[in-house]
Amino acid sequence: MLARRPFFWIITAVLAVFAILPVLGNNVELRESLIIAALYITLASNLNLMLGYAGYINFGSIVFFGLGGYVCVWLVSAYAWPLYAAIPAAGICVSALALLFGLGILRLRGAFFALATIGVNEGVQAFVENFSPWGGSSGIYLSPIIFKPFGGPAQGLWVIYFSMVAVMGLSLYLSYAIKVSKFGLGLLAIGQNEDAAAILGVPTPLYKALVYSVSAFLPAIVGGLYFLKSSFIQPADAFDLTLSTEVIVIAMLGGQGTVTGVALGAYLYEELRGFLLTSETFSHFQLVVAGVLLLVIVLFFPSGMMGFVYRQFPRTQKVLE
Amino acid sequence: MLGIFASIIDGVLVGLVYGLAAMGLTLIWGVMDVINLTHGAMLVAGMLVLYLLTAALGLSPYATLVPALIGGFIVGLLLYWIAIHRLVGRPPLMSLLSTFSVNLVLIGIGTAMLGTAPFNVPVSVPGISMGRYTFPGPHILAAVLAAVIAFLLYLFLHYTRLGKAIRAVANNREAAELVAIPTTRVLAISVGIGVSLAAVSGVLIGTLFPFTVLSGDSYQLKGFIVTVLGGLGNPVGALMGGIALGLLEGVVAPFVPVSWTLVIEFSLFVVVLIAFPGGVFAPRRGAL
Repeated sequence: MLARRPFFWIITAVLAVFAILPVLGNNVELRESLIIAALYITLASNLNLMLGYAGYINFGSIVFFGLGGYVCVWLVSAYAWPLYAAIPAAGICVSALALLFGLGILRLRGAFFALATIGVNEGVQAFVENFSPWGGSSGIYLSPIIFKPFGGPAQGLWVIYFSMVAVMGLSLYLSYAIKVSKFGLGLLAIGQNEDAAAILGVPTPLYKALVYSVSAFLPAIVGGLYFLKSSFIQPADAFDLTLSTEVIVIAMLGGQGTVTGVALGAYLYEELRGFLLTSETFSHFQLVVAGVLLLVIVLFFPSGMMGFVYRQFPRTQKVLE
Repeated sequence: MLGIFASIIDGVLVGLVYGLAAMGLTLIWGVMDVINLTHGAMLVAGMLVLYLLTAALGLSPYATLVPALIGGFIVGLLLYWIAIHRLVGRPPLMSLLSTFSVNLVLIGIGTAMLGTAPFNVPVSVPGISMGRYTFPGPHILAAVLAAVIAFLLYLFLHYTRLGKAIRAVANNREAAELVAIPTTRVLAISVGIGVSLAAVSGVLIGTLFPFTVLSGDSYQLKGFIVTVLGGLGNPVGALMGGIALGLLEGVVAPFVPVSWTLVIEFSLFVVVLIAFPGGVFAPRRGAL
């Protein structure tokens, strides 16, 4: 059904470009920057399920990414699980945990929920820093032996890259599929007016808990892949609030609630970040730039880039979701 | 026995300061439904005022309360006009995002200019001894000052014209406007007072503990815990919530390693938030 819509093929084309570009000429540098782009797109698309569709800000969405990384690295290092088993296991564990959390904190609304998500992230980070099986605050190191089944670290990194691109693709398809489904319609209704949605028969607590859990699955998997790639995980990297923040900036920049906008926003932000990190003047001011950007968007362009595109070219609304 | 007693007293002393720190947060929330996520940065700004003025000008630590109070008020007015004014009456998520982004800017500038090394301000005030235990002087003085400032805020809100106007706007902005209260000015002044309270409690916290540019986050989270304990929008409840948190820290401290207190606090925060969305000490809204 989805395959009949043009937008499905646009996503597929983007994926093909991501998969083919770095392979041409074995361009490792390009691959590294595309990995970050894929990471941002995955995290931002899944945050968008909460922020853009259901209208709930999750300040601590990074907790899924970090926990996914930890579960995966721990299974591989302590129990020698093969990678192809550890990665989905991380996704399932974190998703189940999110469902549990979600049933609790999603009884809260709006700002209270947002505050609770900060609490969840800080609480989990503080817990992991004290949790000795996961190495406490010094973290877990992996030996490069884990890449042996693929024929060594160099090939292993390519496998990780293709997997990350695949996860990015899944995130985009998922965002799209949810948006055009009845579930997505219910979420959008919750985002507009939760009371009205409940009266019209949307099972709001269930939908909210479900979307919270769904939005945890792919970030956990990408967390697993990301930390397998760096062969090292510690709480400060895994629960980095900067990344959580950047993902919010991305979703707002592209246009909350749109699939295209969030992906575009993630790509642009990645380019901007690359520029900022290498520039002399701005390298220390990355957060400042992100903050100013977010403030300007919130105050003056709350519908983001896609809002602008939709207004200028109303026809694009039919094709680009 | 005396040990428990001592840790209870110390908990109350520190708790009063936490309560003051949360008061600005809860005031702004109560008046305009805006959760000020720059609160942590403003606390740190207060700490830095303390550090810079004592180190550079040799002022007494407690004399820096005055510049922190005035500076905080001005910064608060600026914050209102830059980040909040356009968003008043819009969904709270928008102002949450805008204050969040101002916080990013402030923290970014702070870390770029001052780094993240800890600062320590030496304060010498004689303590009070009780058997084997000595209650440090700065703790006692900070708690007394916090209580005095909270009391003054209460008097201001209940017995002055402007304070009454603030409470009226908190209760019902449209009705306040109908009886010719200049609501925009009242909102701006409330943010000014809220930030000024944050800066002042930053000074007091700075006299108790060493701090870094990033310390604001953890105190802001403590502020949230205190606020949900005391009920959002209720300054007096905030003081009670602060004492409750201080007691918890004081009583738990001897039994668990320091690094676990954070885990306990955040779990408590989430549990309290879910169980008592209206606050433990304040069952009704608009109690300002």
